[in-house]
Amino acid sequence: MDISTQNTDTDDTPPPAAPPAVTAEQKRAARGATRPGDRIFLALSRGSGIFLLVIMAAIAVFLTYRAYLAISKDDANFLTTFEWNTSLLPPKFGIAVLAFGTVVSSIIAMVIAVPIAVAIALFITHYAPRRMSGPVAYVIDLLAAVPSIVYGLWGALVLVPHMDGLFGWLNDYLGWTGVFSWDDGAPRSMLTVGILLAVMILPVITNVSREVFRQVPQMHEEAALALGATRWEVIRMSVIPFGRSGVISASMLGLGRALGETMAVATVLSPDFDIHASLLNPGGGTFAQNIASKFNEATEFGRDALIASGLVLFVITLLVNGAARMIIARRSEYSGANA
Amino acid sequence: MSHAAAVADKSPSTLQGASLPRWSPWAIAAGSLALALVIGLAGGLDSKVQWGLIAGILFILGTFGIAAKVEGRRQAKDRVATSLVWVAFLLAVVPLVSLLWTTIQRGVKVLDVYFLTHSMGVVADSEAGGGIYHAILGSLEQVGLATAIGAPIGILTAIYLVEYGRGGLAKSVTFFVDVMTGIPSIVAGLFILSLMLMLDMQPFGFAGSLALAILMMPVVVRSTEEMLKLVPNELREASLALGVPKWRTILKVVVPTSIGGIITGVMLAIARIAGETAPVLLLVFGNPFINANPFEGAQASLPLYIYQQYSQSAGSTAAYDRAWAASLTLIAFVMILNMVARGIARWKAPKTGR
Amino acid sequence: MAKRIDVSGLTAYYGSHKAIEDISMTVEPRSVTAFIGPSGCGKSTFLRTLNRMHEVTSGGRVEGKVLLDDEDLYAAGIDPVSVRREVGMVFQRPNPFPTMSIFDNVAAGLRLNGSYKKSELADVVEKSLKGANLWNEVKDRLNKPGSGLSGGQQQRLCIARAIAVEPKVLLMDEPCSALDPISTLAIEDLIGELKERFTIVIVTHNMQQAARVSDRTAFFNLSAVGQPGKLIEIDDTERIFSNPSVQATEDYISGRFG
Repeated sequence: MDISTQNTDTDDTPPPAAPPAVTAEQKRAARGATRPGDRIFLALSRGSGIFLLVIMAAIAVFLTYRAYLAISKDDANFLTTFEWNTSLLPPKFGIAVLAFGTVVSSIIAMVIAVPIAVAIALFITHYAPRRMSGPVAYVIDLLAAVPSIVYGLWGALVLVPHMDGLFGWLNDYLGWTGVFSWDDGAPRSMLTVGILLAVMILPVITNVSREVFRQVPQMHEEAALALGATRWEVIRMSVIPFGRSGVISASMLGLGRALGETMAVATVLSPDFDIHASLLNPGGGTFAQNIASKFNEATEFGRDALIASGLVLFVITLLVNGAARMIIARRSEYSGANA
Repeated sequence: MSHAAAVADKSPSTLQGASLPRWSPWAIAAGSLALALVIGLAGGLDSKVQWGLIAGILFILGTFGIAAKVEGRRQAKDRVATSLVWVAFLLAVVPLVSLLWTTIQRGVKVLDVYFLTHSMGVVADSEAGGGIYHAILGSLEQVGLATAIGAPIGILTAIYLVEYGRGGLAKSVTFFVDVMTGIPSIVAGLFILSLMLMLDMQPFGFAGSLALAILMMPVVVRSTEEMLKLVPNELREASLALGVPKWRTILKVVVPTSIGGIITGVMLAIARIAGETAPVLLLVFGNPFINANPFEGAQASLPLYIYQQYSQSAGSTAAYDRAWAASLTLIAFVMILNMVARGIARWKAPKTGR
Repeated sequence: MAKRIDVSGLTAYYGSHKAIEDISMTVEPRSVTAFIGPSGCGKSTFLRTLNRMHEVTSGGRVEGKVLLDDEDLYAAGIDPVSVRREVGMVFQRPNPFPTMSIFDNVAAGLRLNGSYKKSELADVVEKSLKGANLWNEVKDRLNKPGSGLSGGQQQRLCIARAIAVEPKVLLMDEPCSALDPISTLAIEDLIGELKERFTIVIVTHNMQQAARVSDRTAFFNLSAVGQPGKLIEIDDTERIFSNPSVQATEDYISGRFG
């Protein structure tokens, strides 16, 4: 049994450098040393940092303002209405369906992607033959680099036609649950969207988990090995406990990506404005998809209404990402203390 | 201690782990596949999903059963875990291969010099012909302008965080850079859109650039930060000790040392925004004609072109072919950027001391 | 319970690099054998070949025989996982599982090997912690994480974890090099007690330590950097430190060496 716990290093980051030959330049620099230079440079770089904060604030302020313009004229409850009619007088629109669809499609994506991504991360760090782990990591990077619109096109023209078999099968055996019933419509449904989103967030979760698993100190793994643990037991005793919080935050980063994905959903889903129990029948919608599909025909007021729904999406992704970052931050303190 | 007991009757040793031969996973796989075929045919199951599922379940049960019998339960669990990990890996490869294969196979149909050098103009969606020159032009201009704004701000912010950043401001910048990384691209588009609504502006290319720049900045900050942190402190101190002012130390010592990594980060960020569709859809609108001026009038862009060929064509094969060809072009562009970026990282890697 | 180790013609590689060459020796049961020698002479590598931990390192490869009471650890059909149960190991830096409590750390090895009753487990944990002279210090906080202990306590916790599975041999790879003098003394006392039950092999940089704790001492050396390490001689500790038969050993022990 060849137990390879060696971490094949595929990082592109080089080891820290030796000083370049700077003596000549330093002499010049020393002559030209001026304090105003320092002040200007600090102002520029600090200004950039502040500028980023200003942008974030501006995003929140402007979206809120336009959303207020729209919601104040909404004749229905913005949070609970199953309708999106912005050109009516008075207009009626609400995000209930979008919130439901966004959450459902993201959950499906997570349920599929997280276990597979964790397994692939383990594959790269602990299972793959050493010569393979580099190329596999590269393949995952390629998956991450494919633009979402190409995933969308592939999803709509290749994945959708291939879903019939799976849908028919699910309907035959699990149709009685209602969740998996299917009326033979085009499989442009939440489940297909979820599967496509799973493919798209897989590399995000894999890459972060991989880094975490790679950081598991060799000595913890050797401790388990020396007790006579099999490879799987080493992973359960040393790798998973060490990496758990990292995997959670990786999953939440993936979730943030799935929640906000636009084009892949817009191309695959055949939307309507209702909540369906079945994941297989077409219908439903997500925040981002709804904005992309309704945008072209929308009046200025209609656009404000879409901005209002975008604000909700913004807040949700902020919460999810913030939580993920906090978990990561806590973890790095913890592992730093043990290093 | 069932393991030791099971072995005990064969030899007095406790070290001897009876183990399956190396080829056994393949044999079990082949066996379960064959058995699944037989069950499928005999049971009249016509769904391939079902066959695959049965084969998979047989394989896992078979592996566990046989290994548990011969090697013990712990080894059996280990074997099942190993096969599950392998299956997960293969599962991830399937969509990637399918995606690349379809894109290449269907993309090369209409991808030629004519396609790359002509715009759509008045070619109807259902007709063959036309090209993506206008979209490439629009993409290059929008991405170029976004980079011109996003990269310097991102790099300067990273320099601030690594070289100067102490205290509350640096902490909040760090936090919000993290938060910004997670902004959905469509929200960045809506932000610029709300500005345009206030100023009563019509779609134009530069508006898209602004949204793309917002998406680019946090990515550049993060990667540049990582690179600057790799520069050893001794270097900075050596320079400062010679009386070189801090800003020149940064510009002449710190940044040049990590320039390869910084460029790589910027290029990866470009590759990422080049594929963004949602903000461009809201802000640049799309245009079948060539519009070389990013500051006035609707423009096309490559990802937007793909979306519109797909969504506005009502299933026309000609439009789908164009969408695939444009996808192939876009993927090629992104992949080349990726590869060049990695190449630079390797080539410009700071030499080690020896 | 302790077993004898017979090594013959053992050579170990890292990839194409030969780390140690042609080592043969016998380690007596119920005794402490110390490995000394300059850095890079391969004594730790050799130690890791004795429980098949060497092959965990990528490119790690071994030729030759290691007999544990007449059974070759490197023969075909030998399960390295079972080997490591028979031959326990304590590492240079204390490495308790950071997410487990003190109790779970000691019980970790037992839990791997089938199910135990709670009371049984508690008995073994208590016995092992007592065996590692740690029981009195931790009996009131068995459910606290092991990483909260001092370095010396952590190392004794690792020893308790290793002896809980009742190995035949205990390998120690510079177990005191990360510890202060008082903790070192505690571990050395413990080694003296443990040799009643186990065959102990200890790698150490500290020659006084070798002289204090071991019955037999093996001196390793390498002819030049990049050359494989070799066993120069192995003998009773007293002889090695008073009247070694090889000049190089005397040079090393008397400090006339690198």
